[in-house]
Amino acid sequence: MEGDDETSGPMIDEIYANGDGGDNNRTRKPIFSGDQLDIEVYASLYAGRTKIMRLLFIANRCGEKNNTTMQLEALRMAYDEIKKGENTQLYREVVQKIDGRLGPGYDLDVAWAENVDRRAEQKKEKLENELNAYRTNLIKESIRMGYNDFGDFYYAHGQLGDAFKSYVRTRDYCTTSKHIIHMCMSAILVSIEMGQFTHVTSYVSKAEQAPESLDLITVAKLRSATGLANLEAKKYKLAARKFLETSPDLGSHYNEVIAPQDVATYGGLCALATFDRTELKNKVIDNLNFRNFLELVPEVRELINDFYSSHYASCLEILGNLKANLLLDIHLHDHVETLYDQIRHKALIQYTHPFVSVDLNKMADAFKTTVAGLEKELEALITDNQIQARIDSHNKILYARHADQRNATFQRVLETGRVFDRDVRDMLLRSNLIKHEHNLRASRKL
Amino acid sequence: MDPMEALITQIQGLSSSAADLSRLHTILKQATADVSLRSYSDHLPSLLSNLDPSLHSLGFLFILDASIASPVSKPQAEIFVPIVTTFIAACSVEQIQLAPDKFVSVCKKLKDQVVLLEAPIRGVAPMLTAVRKLQVSTERLTPLHPEFLLLCLLSKCYKTGLAILDDDIFEVDQPRDLFLFFYYGGMICIGQKRFQKALDLLHNVVTAPMSSLNAIAVEAYKKYILVSLIRHGQFSTNLPKYSSSVAQRNLKNFCQPYIELANSYGTGKIAELEEYVQTNTHKFESDNNLGLVKQVVSSMYKRNIQRLTQTYLTLSLQDIANTVQLNSPKDAEMHVLQMIQDGEIYAMINQKDGMVSFLEDPEQYKTCEMIEHIDSSIQRVMALSRKLATVDEQISCDPIYLSKVGRERQRYDFDDFDVPQKFNI
Repeated sequence: MEGDDETSGPMIDEIYANGDGGDNNRTRKPIFSGDQLDIEVYASLYAGRTKIMRLLFIANRCGEKNNTTMQLEALRMAYDEIKKGENTQLYREVVQKIDGRLGPGYDLDVAWAENVDRRAEQKKEKLENELNAYRTNLIKESIRMGYNDFGDFYYAHGQLGDAFKSYVRTRDYCTTSKHIIHMCMSAILVSIEMGQFTHVTSYVSKAEQAPESLDLITVAKLRSATGLANLEAKKYKLAARKFLETSPDLGSHYNEVIAPQDVATYGGLCALATFDRTELKNKVIDNLNFRNFLELVPEVRELINDFYSSHYASCLEILGNLKANLLLDIHLHDHVETLYDQIRHKALIQYTHPFVSVDLNKMADAFKTTVAGLEKELEALITDNQIQARIDSHNKILYARHADQRNATFQRVLETGRVFDRDVRDMLLRSNLIKHEHNLRASRKL
Repeated sequence: MDPMEALITQIQGLSSSAADLSRLHTILKQATADVSLRSYSDHLPSLLSNLDPSLHSLGFLFILDASIASPVSKPQAEIFVPIVTTFIAACSVEQIQLAPDKFVSVCKKLKDQVVLLEAPIRGVAPMLTAVRKLQVSTERLTPLHPEFLLLCLLSKCYKTGLAILDDDIFEVDQPRDLFLFFYYGGMICIGQKRFQKALDLLHNVVTAPMSSLNAIAVEAYKKYILVSLIRHGQFSTNLPKYSSSVAQRNLKNFCQPYIELANSYGTGKIAELEEYVQTNTHKFESDNNLGLVKQVVSSMYKRNIQRLTQTYLTLSLQDIANTVQLNSPKDAEMHVLQMIQDGEIYAMINQKDGMVSFLEDPEQYKTCEMIEHIDSSIQRVMALSRKLATVDEQISCDPIYLSKVGRERQRYDFDDFDVPQKFNI
């Protein structure tokens, strides 16, 4: 009955010990820990537009939950970050959101905004003139550069749709595979920002068509981008595979999209939710590449190890601790609930799997829930045929139910025979009817 | 001599050998066509007394048919019903099969008359005999099949009706007979609570080939939805591919309340279902399906309890009542008890502490009966596949079929385009 003790071998004890030590590590690691998110450390992982967007996302989330200090903190950093760039529209929005709550330093700086706008206007004009000149001269490379500059310009000013169009337009003027990859990477970046993840997949596959000119970092970038796209499309298993394939060369080279910590978290959670035990062992725990990522987020590593060594209580505890911060993640927030449910279901299934009978009281303890709640969860899983067992509600024991193959086969055979019998008879009848009608028509014609 | 008397003499004289009978048949047909029989319809009954129904069946049949040609009143019917009944019981199979349409017409009149007399049960037994005498083989549907089932339904003699429903029907003359036969058959099986059989029969109606929608199919589809819910707890609006496109496209539109009922059933919420039934009572009532709808509602309780047996070994009556949304543990106990009695679940109720223990199906597939049953199923399936092979052979030799297939193939045959017809001088 003691699920935890029976399954733990010497190796698992070791992991378990490691898991206990996790509490000490946890305080040192800022990302996705159980403590409240340290926004500054979080933001430092990212660069460019995604940093701003992530901060704003956190601000919105906190605003919904009336966590004003955190909201203002996020807004303040977003403000500072925007000031470094040229996106005046976003700037105005943020200032409106701050609404004077951060003191006079964070009011609308009209002069700055107008200045930036004016410069943007000038730059646009300049770019247009240049591009026209290139186009009249028909120099392919220059036209490509011109469009590319336009894309960069639009992207910096937050006009993502136009940026995407400009980047895609460079395609006709690409002469080497390097150019194509550059075009693809720009398009992927903009599509991720726009949330158009179908574009992401198509441009990734386009980029992968020229494998010889892909360097390791680019490959890693493409993998993680595909992972993201699959995650957003709710194809968690594919997403997990792609994140696991991402090589540690990624480093912080893709921080305008994704941090290596994210790869670990996304990949780890998706893998937990969708892989079976052997896959988990082979592809996640024994995966040297991915271990590098997991080192960055020890909580997720502990989580996976706990899950694999069947320490569900600590596993679920870590999950519970992580949840608040995961909900603040711009990509993961929508999927947290589904992934959590799936992980919990898998934990329940794995827990019951090796036993002939399970004491529900102990199981409820292990899962930190009540017996009645557990009964409901198990009932749903049994109804879904995910657990082959039956609940003795009187004595609060779950008994494994080994399907009687022989009886089931007999039942199925008889049923199949009956259906065949009926179908053949119906078919004969119908064919006779059709024949009859056919004859009727033929005789009418005569 | 009175033409009638001559006719009687002829009947009496020509009722023995096959050659004579065919001559008599021609004479009788002529007599009917001449309307000469009609004009004497008044004293035809008295003429019948000169004939023996078992010896002179053919002649008797023609005169009988002529004598009840016109609509009859109740007292007249009182006279005719016994005559027709004795005739059906006594008549010779060979002779009536010479004039099946006359026989059918007489039997149909019998049906009208017993219905007129409001005693449909008087027609049940003769009609069954008539069906048996008229059909060449058990695989052939006669026009009397639906009439017989209708009488069974009207007189509530469902068990008698089942007798002919167990025959496999393969050959049909009139599609209309077939629709009615299966529809009435379905209703009889519903009356006997043999829902699987009913479902099969109604399925036949719905999927039968039809070029235009008919009322029988619509009514059958309504019942099909309800029975499918009772029997399987679910209903899919998708008809199989082989059903006619008319049915696939239009049936749904005529049965909207029923489809919505099925959707509501699918949610598994009993309160919602009951409310829906409540608000639409008049619709179901006007279709005469209210009783069946009520059975659908109660089947939902059963289904929910059945589902519990999959998940639980023991469960208190209180918990059952809560999960299934019954009012009290007492209600739950009644339901469980009823289901145990009907063999729908295997369980034991412990009244002391109010617990129900669910057991596994005790059938071990080891008994002689079971093996016999399996063996008979195998035999049946083998016979069927033999039949299937024969039919396949027949069809592939059928000249009409071949000419149709051949014509279609020609259209795509590439060789034909080599020398276009008009240039081929």
